[in-house]
Amino acid sequence: MPSLNDYLILSAVLFTIGTAGVFVRRNLITILLSIEIMLNAVNLSFVAFGRAFGTIEGQIIVFFVMTVAAAEAAVGLAIVIALFRHRESLNPDAFTALKW
Amino acid sequence: MLLLIPLFPFIGFLVNAAVGRRLSKSVSGLVAVAAMVASFGVALVSVVQLAGLPEESRAIVQNVFTWITSGPFRADFSLRVDPLSALMLLVVTGIGSLIHIYSTAYMHEEPDSEYARYFSYLNLFAAFMLVLVLGSNFLVMFVGWEGVGLCSYLLIGFYYAKKSASDAGKKAFIVNRIGDFGFVLGVLLLFVKFGTIDFQEIAHAASMLSPEATFGTISLATLLLFVGATGKSAQIPLYTWLPDAMEGPTPVSALIHAATMVTAGVYMIGRNAVLFSLAPDTLLIVATIGGATAFFAGTIGLVQNDIKRVLAYSTVSQLGYMFLAMGVGAYSAGIFHLYTHAFFKALLFLGSGAVIHALAGEQDIRNMGGLKDKLPITYWTFLIGSLAIAGVPGLAGFFSKDEILFRTFSSGHTVLWVVGIVTSLMTATYMFRLVFLTFWGERRHAAAPAQSAGHGQADHGHGAHGHDAHGHGDHLHDAPRPMAFALIALTVGSVLAGYIGLPHALGGSNRLEKWLEPSFHAPHVVQAEAGLRTMEPTETTPAASGSDDHAEEASTGTELGLMGVSSAIALAGIGLAWFFFVADPRRSESVAQSFSGLRTLLLNKYYVDEAYDAAIVQPIKVTSERGLWKVMDAGVIDGLVNGTAETVGGLGELLRRLQTGSVRAYAASLLFGAVLVFGYYLWR
Repeated sequence: MPSLNDYLILSAVLFTIGTAGVFVRRNLITILLSIEIMLNAVNLSFVAFGRAFGTIEGQIIVFFVMTVAAAEAAVGLAIVIALFRHRESLNPDAFTALKW
Repeated sequence: MLLLIPLFPFIGFLVNAAVGRRLSKSVSGLVAVAAMVASFGVALVSVVQLAGLPEESRAIVQNVFTWITSGPFRADFSLRVDPLSALMLLVVTGIGSLIHIYSTAYMHEEPDSEYARYFSYLNLFAAFMLVLVLGSNFLVMFVGWEGVGLCSYLLIGFYYAKKSASDAGKKAFIVNRIGDFGFVLGVLLLFVKFGTIDFQEIAHAASMLSPEATFGTISLATLLLFVGATGKSAQIPLYTWLPDAMEGPTPVSALIHAATMVTAGVYMIGRNAVLFSLAPDTLLIVATIGGATAFFAGTIGLVQNDIKRVLAYSTVSQLGYMFLAMGVGAYSAGIFHLYTHAFFKALLFLGSGAVIHALAGEQDIRNMGGLKDKLPITYWTFLIGSLAIAGVPGLAGFFSKDEILFRTFSSGHTVLWVVGIVTSLMTATYMFRLVFLTFWGERRHAAAPAQSAGHGQADHGHGAHGHDAHGHGDHLHDAPRPMAFALIALTVGSVLAGYIGLPHALGGSNRLEKWLEPSFHAPHVVQAEAGLRTMEPTETTPAASGSDDHAEEASTGTELGLMGVSSAIALAGIGLAWFFFVADPRRSESVAQSFSGLRTLLLNKYYVDEAYDAAIVQPIKVTSERGLWKVMDAGVIDGLVNGTAETVGGLGELLRRLQTGSVRAYAASLLFGAVLVFGYYLWR
């Protein structure tokens, strides 16, 4: 039976992987996926806490996060498609026109 | 009803200012003259009403509205006619009307719009002067006080396209402002001391006090008021604006510089006679300044060559006489001289205007001469005016000037009396120098072309032979009808005005003094008490006390003697002028040559203007340019403003580098911020 700490460590590892993905990868779709990993890492810690303390709120929040994540993915992918149509590229460094 | 007196000219001003440029000359002139005459009529009715009241309650007050109430402070816009302001009212409206009538002819060559502008200013001026005279407290008086200052600026600078005229206007305004500053301070000080600014209340409160032995609050307050008076009434050290004010049209000189504005200072002191009586130190200063001004302006007047400038310095000098009278406590004598002076000085100015008009703008008396036969009306009226101002017995100036000199002598100011006598000699001399050089002898500039361009007053009435630009000596025309009317009316005044104040010594009863008496005493004070608080400075001899019949009899002999002296002096002055300028004109030249240093000094007016310029104007200019402009404004203020802008701009320049456009950079800063916030809560 894994302890709360084990879950939290796994969550932290997943979050770090997601963060690293956001910064390291050069593909917008991969970055979106990394963000999903980060969100799910947080979800994991929420349910773990909820189970450890025997409360229901952790799971409720997770449902909220999943809803938001779904919406975010929809909007994000739509933006990515629009960007791709515009520039024929998925590299975020190609989209730096909005600056000084 | 009193409100109507200043209101009529004000309406005249509004009409001419609003629609004047669309009116023809005759209409706008008529509006202005009608306004003044109506005002004169109302004033006359008010004065008759006033005279019908019993002597102890002789005052008509009209409270128009409450202007300011704030705590215990209360200022009404209220008008008040008492014997003193009644006299001033008649002088201002009466002589003002004559000058308006005169102006309709004098300004006739101006275009319609200028003509209307001129009359609108003239009416506004009269309205403000009447407010000044009628105001029953310092605040209302101050409205008029500032108003006449404004109008003098407008009128002196009437030919604003001419640099010297606009400069003279500015000079008049600025010099007056200096005096007004003193006036305001004086009023504030009085308010602090008495808690009111009403003339009657102040006089009432002050009558409880005894004269100040040393220089105290009242002395300071009255001295500050006197500073205001030196500005308005052109006394040393603020007289310099008045001679320059001759740049205005000549009737304006007559109005401002003879009948109205310059008398404001004298009137103000008369209005506050009770206060000034409490401050012997101030009175001594007033008398000294008055005497000194009379003397110095007289000496300058001796050598000036511009006909109007001679008259201007003579005005300054005569105003000095009035202040001398005020200073020795002979308030009614001062006001008497103000009143007679208004007649003959207005006459002289208007007469000089007629000469200038006839000569198409020539003002230099060296280029005149021989006008006696060409301009008979002008000559005779001018001559009578000169006789009056010189103090020849029987004419107005004699009675008033003699009254002043007598009071000065009998109050123990012998030095000032001598100054007055010498000035009287000079007055007679320079006036008759003017008469002889202008009207007698030969015409001295047969070929000299008219130099009138700047004045914009081409020969009026020369329509038939207007093409005849040269040798207009043959086409000289005497004063046109309205001008002649004003001149003759003023001449009658100059002859007869003095008899209202015929002294006891000559069998008169000095009705004017009796009439004015209540105005110089605090209200509700028994006459005997008032007699105790003598109007004279403390060191006066008993003979000076005007209301004391006993002393009056004793001094009749002295008065007659002094009258003889001043008559002799007046005739001597005329004789002197004759000796130098008629009998043998070369005499004056040889004298001038042997005293050429003195002559240059006088011609340059003691270099007072130059001294003021070097001591005040130039330093202010230099500080303004080098200090205030280049350092303070361009350096400090602009530096602050531009510095703020540059700081913000530079900061923005730095901060905008943060907006890279790279999504990952934003994400990184987001992460960094989140770590920072969480780190703070975890490890604090």
